[in-house]
Amino acid sequence: MEAILNISQELGRGLWVTISILIASALLAYLIGFIAGLSRLSKNIFIQKFTGLYIEIFRGTSLIVQLFWLYYAIPMLFGINLGSNWVIGVIAIGLNYGAYLSEVVRGSVEAVDSGQTEAAVALNMSSYQKMRYIILPQAVRMMLPEFGNYTIQMLKGTALVSLISLSDILYYGNILRSSNLSQAPLIYLVVLGFYFILALPLIFLTRKAEDVSKKGVAN
Amino acid sequence: MTKPIVEYKDVHKSFGETEVLKGIDLDIFPAEKIAIIGPSGSGKTTIIRMLMTLEEPTAGDIIVDGRNLWKMKKHGKMVEADEKHLRSIRGDIGMVFQHFNLFPHMTILENCMTAPINVKGENKKEVEQRSIEMLERVGLGDKIHNFPSQLSGGQKQRVAMARALVMRPKIMLFDEVTSALDPELVGEVLEVIRDIAKNDDMAMVLVTHEMDFALDIADKVLFLDDGVIAEEGTASDVIEHSENPRVQEFLSRFRS
Amino acid sequence: MNYWSFERFFEAWPYILKGLHITVGVTISAFLFAAVFGLVWAILRRVENKQLNFIITWVMEFIRSTPPLVQLFFIYYAWPVIPVVGVTLSPFVSAVVGLGLHFSTYIGEIYRSGIESVGKGQWEAATALNFSTLDKWRKIILPQAFPPTIPMLGNYFIIMFKEVPLASTIGVTGILHMANSFGSTHFNLIEALTIVGIIFLALSYPAAVLIKKLEVKLNTRFDKNADIKPIE
Repeated sequence: MEAILNISQELGRGLWVTISILIASALLAYLIGFIAGLSRLSKNIFIQKFTGLYIEIFRGTSLIVQLFWLYYAIPMLFGINLGSNWVIGVIAIGLNYGAYLSEVVRGSVEAVDSGQTEAAVALNMSSYQKMRYIILPQAVRMMLPEFGNYTIQMLKGTALVSLISLSDILYYGNILRSSNLSQAPLIYLVVLGFYFILALPLIFLTRKAEDVSKKGVAN
Repeated sequence: MTKPIVEYKDVHKSFGETEVLKGIDLDIFPAEKIAIIGPSGSGKTTIIRMLMTLEEPTAGDIIVDGRNLWKMKKHGKMVEADEKHLRSIRGDIGMVFQHFNLFPHMTILENCMTAPINVKGENKKEVEQRSIEMLERVGLGDKIHNFPSQLSGGQKQRVAMARALVMRPKIMLFDEVTSALDPELVGEVLEVIRDIAKNDDMAMVLVTHEMDFALDIADKVLFLDDGVIAEEGTASDVIEHSENPRVQEFLSRFRS
Repeated sequence: MNYWSFERFFEAWPYILKGLHITVGVTISAFLFAAVFGLVWAILRRVENKQLNFIITWVMEFIRSTPPLVQLFFIYYAWPVIPVVGVTLSPFVSAVVGLGLHFSTYIGEIYRSGIESVGKGQWEAATALNFSTLDKWRKIILPQAFPPTIPMLGNYFIIMFKEVPLASTIGVTGILHMANSFGSTHFNLIEALTIVGIIFLALSYPAAVLIKKLEVKLNTRFDKNADIKPIE
């Protein structure tokens, strides 16, 4: 019991890095998800193809590869060390999951029943009004559970930043293990416990989102 | 006097707190055609679903050909029937569902053949021939290799009847078989049931809203209301000459 | 920091490709592990005992919502030192077990959704035709439950393929590992990592397109709710 407390205390030092990266990268991913998702639906063929390319590249390769690539490429491309590894971690996770979320956004907007569009046209709404008042409010409800699921995925993804020497929960876990291998099982169990506790609110929010998404949507 | 093939003895059924059937006593004789009518939610469907072993009665007994359907003797005591016991009796009973419930991964011929072959272990050639004959009888001889998704609702329901008939049940149950159909497709399905009723000697129980049809083919009509059989008699007694105000009120909704 | 060198870029290809069979090997093995273990979860989830079901559900949730990277470390570093049950596993086997276990929880849910997609009416029709319990599953339920899960399983195969480079952290010599080792000896990590990205994209993108096509095909062939289309 005391061992668990000691381990927890040590791991706690990485808590803020994990949480701050999760929040920042999630916000970035949500933003990208909406921009890229709606761009995919744009009538402008150039915007459509360009976002399509971004989405396929980031969904088609691994987060860990993207993280390493950005870790080396950003300093090279800009000739300078852009801020810190924290920023790189946020950008990598944000870009990766932004690509996935954009598909959620696009899919949800497309899934709103065509009768809704017809009703909006019949009420003489402009295409902006139609999107703003009719389509998006329904689409957003449908998106919520997937946004929840992907946020849990992002939480899991944050563990990768320990590989670019950011001192998150796993980073401190690994340090503990290297100094005391016989305690490794307990250390990693506590690490997993930390992530699970962080995931719990997201799990419950996702379940709630599933309820919400079933209501107030035409089908 | 022939013996009934099915006897319901004070059968009750509750779903949670609500008691749907409040003591049903009913005899079904071989070759008898019974129509069950009544307002929705009165428990009509539940009566036949219990005979098909899809719902278990809360209390009372259902006797099929002298065997207690839901109870069996074990070590000298009556206990709840197990799957083996149910299977030994279920073979006498066939059912046609409101929503057809055809197997979508099989052609309509395979739909008819799967149970005789897999359940009764009958000869494949013989079953195939019988199934084709049955599908011809319901007017679908030219579609035997189609999948259910390629058929209209009325056609699907006719397949469902053929599928039940190839099993040669002694009792056939029809659960609102025309309620899910477009009005113009109802006739073709009723025609097939009429044909079965006139030419086959199995007992039939129909839960239906087709009053004229019930009048035409049923030997006996039950009016179910609020979980009890409120009126029982020949079709003409119940549908044409009943003095029961509930029956009259119910029937008035079908007369335009 | 070096700038991009095409010479290095082309030089690195054969070196990195030497790790491809390992990456693909881990993917296939881990997927098979997950496919079998997913079945175990799907069966366990059908347990009717409430307490037991609750525990199973949350164990699955735990495995599913914690990082696979940590799970890999647990199996590779921690498992061997656990008394009695502990065994040392090679990096390859650790990766197969770790990723396989993680994704088995997802695949178990896919199986479950497939089974649940078969309507109640199918069970009732099978009962009315007096099928035995075994035959109900074999002839009626599973033949309908399985096909719709094929595209989902295919998608998870691709997802797992993309997670396999995590195993480079425990020394599995797949393409990412080869790229790192090439890059660190020649100081050309960016070229090497770009190659890894291209390989992943070249394999996963066509596979995803293929699965999409398969999905459309299955939907049209196998739609229970297909509109009534009388033929003729």
